[in-house]
Amino acid sequence: MNLHEYQARELLSQHGVPVPPGEVAASAEQAEAAAACIGGQVVVKAQVHSGGRGKAGGVKLAGGPAEAREAAEQILGTAIRGLPVHQVLVAPAADIRREIYVSFVLDRAEKTVSLIASAEGGVDIEEVAATSPESIVRAHADPLLGFQPWQAREVAFRLGLGGAHVRQFADIAMKLYEVFTENDASLVEVNPLAEVGSGELQALDAKVTLDDNGLFRHRHLAALRDTSQEDPSEVRAAQAGINYVKLDGEIGCMVNGAGLAMATMDMVKLYGGEPANFLDIGGGATAEQVTAALNIILSDPNVKAVLINIFGGIARCDVVAHGIVEALEHVERRVPMVVRLEGTNAEEGRRILENAHLHSAVSLSEVAELAVRLVTGDASAPKELPVSTSEA
Amino acid sequence: MSILVDRNTRLLVQGITGREGEFHTTQMVEYGTQVVAGVTPGGGGKAVAGAPVYNTVHEAVAETGANTSIIFVPAPFAPDAVYEAAANGIELIVCITEGIPALDEVKMYRYVREQGARLLGPNCPGVTTVGEAKVGIIPGNIHIPGPVGLVSRSGTLTYEAVAALTAAQIGQSTVVGIGGDPVPGTSFVDTLRMFEEDAETRGVVLIGEIGGTAEEEAAEYITEMSKPVVGFIAGRTAPPGRRMGHAGAIISGGRGTAEEKVRALEAANVQVATTPAEIADFVDLALAAG
Repeated sequence: MNLHEYQARELLSQHGVPVPPGEVAASAEQAEAAAACIGGQVVVKAQVHSGGRGKAGGVKLAGGPAEAREAAEQILGTAIRGLPVHQVLVAPAADIRREIYVSFVLDRAEKTVSLIASAEGGVDIEEVAATSPESIVRAHADPLLGFQPWQAREVAFRLGLGGAHVRQFADIAMKLYEVFTENDASLVEVNPLAEVGSGELQALDAKVTLDDNGLFRHRHLAALRDTSQEDPSEVRAAQAGINYVKLDGEIGCMVNGAGLAMATMDMVKLYGGEPANFLDIGGGATAEQVTAALNIILSDPNVKAVLINIFGGIARCDVVAHGIVEALEHVERRVPMVVRLEGTNAEEGRRILENAHLHSAVSLSEVAELAVRLVTGDASAPKELPVSTSEA
Repeated sequence: MSILVDRNTRLLVQGITGREGEFHTTQMVEYGTQVVAGVTPGGGGKAVAGAPVYNTVHEAVAETGANTSIIFVPAPFAPDAVYEAAANGIELIVCITEGIPALDEVKMYRYVREQGARLLGPNCPGVTTVGEAKVGIIPGNIHIPGPVGLVSRSGTLTYEAVAALTAAQIGQSTVVGIGGDPVPGTSFVDTLRMFEEDAETRGVVLIGEIGGTAEEEAAEYITEMSKPVVGFIAGRTAPPGRRMGHAGAIISGGRGTAEEKVRALEAANVQVATTPAEIADFVDLALAAG
């Protein structure tokens, strides 16, 4: 889960990281008032879950309240990379002397939390990694001991910092680590950490991504979720405990297990079709869940056929089959459908489908091929729901 | 031989009285696994599928000599269950639980290793040594015994691949699900190393997916292996920047794509199948050539 910049700044500030003042505004009037309150030159920044805001015109400099109002008018209501901008952050325009990049990430290769820093801040770190990898400094936290002050000091010296900046940087790094661990983050990034006119180091931008698996112990953070930045059908799916990612194709997929769901999408593509979505129905797929999943898939108007592929392990095919039969009575829209059941209680599942006059395909190849034929309009493919493979 | 579990495995089930714990305990017992004990704090004195239930792992180990544990405990409590198992001399801890925070996984990885134990998972389907022991949730009836080891980051996709091998009359030695989380206790390389040393395994199937660099690391090790490896990578159609169900399945910053992984494996002379059925074809060819 991503936080907006203003939410991330607040979180950092709560942990004692020096963050310049700033106010979030949802209207041009509020932006004007915020600029008047801050005084002097300000920067107006779109609050949107997307990188590259500057290049997309989502960050504007304003000389005073009137200009801030104008900037907010231009930014609010637009979309950046398809995501709507409902709020802007108004913050003082800083007199920047030097820009540093610093972040903590979940480091899969090192199997711990790692600090990544560069003296070349203010630009995209992936760009720095590509052009001057030698300028990137890394340090790994001991998983049981945690990140230590000596590591933070060493990074400061390696970045070429001196004098009071060493202590300041180390202090900020320790606090960022605390933000990471105390909130179950997977990324805490400050870019730039800038030396401003006063000589002090300040976090001028902040990005925090939270580990979805950790949200159960941070209810107050879960409440910060801005669903306007997500696809409405994905939000609906998440509320039903279903993993759903909307794509652009025509074949809706309902699968149990993430790996098999990806492989099913790949198979659809291999047979010349385009998957409309990724959907993992999860472990204990109940009738309610199958209904919810079907309705989410069918809420996408591009979907012309549905492929259900269940290989039972924890999920039991009989339960899923009951779910499918029951769901068909409640779906909002009808399209041709192909089903394949295999694994735990598969025979019972197939029997339940048969009793409801639904026959199931045997292999993944068969079900994928059949689904593609349903969409491409092959004459031999059944058109109506329910679909029987024996007719195909 | 075989790897990780066999007929001598003495299994303890943590969370045995829960719905999933009880269901799968019965399945494991039916498969022939020696389930010697269960642990549910406060559930001591009960029995599930013939296995006595204890309040603590300490007690269960002392009474039954359990050496392997499987965990069916909800995510908020699963790390604690892993620590309890590792602290009490369990050698192999199989964690089925999905949804454990990554920060806990980092600690679990480190602590279990420090105790000299091995963690498989979390968020994995477990391990089955065909005809000997099933420690997990992989349906027992899809296997036939034979010379092929299988290691996978996925659950149900593992079943799919096993079913394809079985349909082609290619038997399996041990089938290992390492799990789909960002910090798995056991890696592809760890498992490949065990298969390389296992006398019963003549070839290996590796099933990877997008995200991270575990397949690339595996490719590096495969160049040193004497046994043939056949690969399969899920997520060729996955869009970048989106988490595909598994916490670890995400293409981030342009890294971790299926193409990169296929390229790395092919550079290590691994034949990479595009369908589960093709996995069986490639294994057949590799075994015939070997």
